[in-house]
Amino acid sequence: MTTRPTLAEAVRGFTGNRDVRPGRVKLDVPPLVENGNAVGITVTVESPMSANDHVRRIGLFNEKNPQADIAVFHLGPRAGRARISTRIRLASSQTVMAVAEMSDGSLWFGEAQVIVTLAACIEDLL
Amino acid sequence: MTRALINTPKQAQQGEVIEIRAMIAHVMETGHRRDAQGAAVPRNIIHRFQCLYDDVEIFAADFYPAMAANPFIAFSTVATTSGVLTFAWTDDQGTIQRATAEITVV
Repeated sequence: MTTRPTLAEAVRGFTGNRDVRPGRVKLDVPPLVENGNAVGITVTVESPMSANDHVRRIGLFNEKNPQADIAVFHLGPRAGRARISTRIRLASSQTVMAVAEMSDGSLWFGEAQVIVTLAACIEDLL
Repeated sequence: MTRALINTPKQAQQGEVIEIRAMIAHVMETGHRRDAQGAAVPRNIIHRFQCLYDDVEIFAADFYPAMAANPFIAFSTVATTSGVLTFAWTDDQGTIQRATAEITVV
């Protein structure tokens, strides 16, 4: 198998080497999950979501799955609020990171640690 | 036949931020698994989700294999005018599933 990019490399693929600052992005995810096949996660970004100050994109990344990318969300001022919930797979206990790109081009990140007791991807096929 | 579940308010005040929740039945096969004979199971995931409000894109997402099966997504939009929300999910086999929901803005 080819080696997967590290979390930092995956984030660079999204940010293109621009500065990413901590803050404004909050990840809500249970600190301990039993089943890594469907982990509920909510990303909230502090933003007025107005025409000239809003979140453009949010990238969601993981540290230890076979692939670092989870999803990229495209939003704009019509979202009204920068909050997205979804369900992801986690192959093991690891860090999950969200990076938000604002309309002024600035980049912000938040992260969370998740302990997974039953990993995704281990179930047998029927 | 669509196997999608959409949850949106039927009615909203103009300017109100409404939550939209969408889920669709899909295996989201990662491409990282092997079957009982040891053969690789080809990847088949929904890689693109899009939501239009009266034909204007208000939200979109690119999905990777780390999205859970039967992908669920909740996001929001500002209720502008009475109209139709259209949802489209595109998978690796090129299948596009669509669903719609109507909203009345008062």
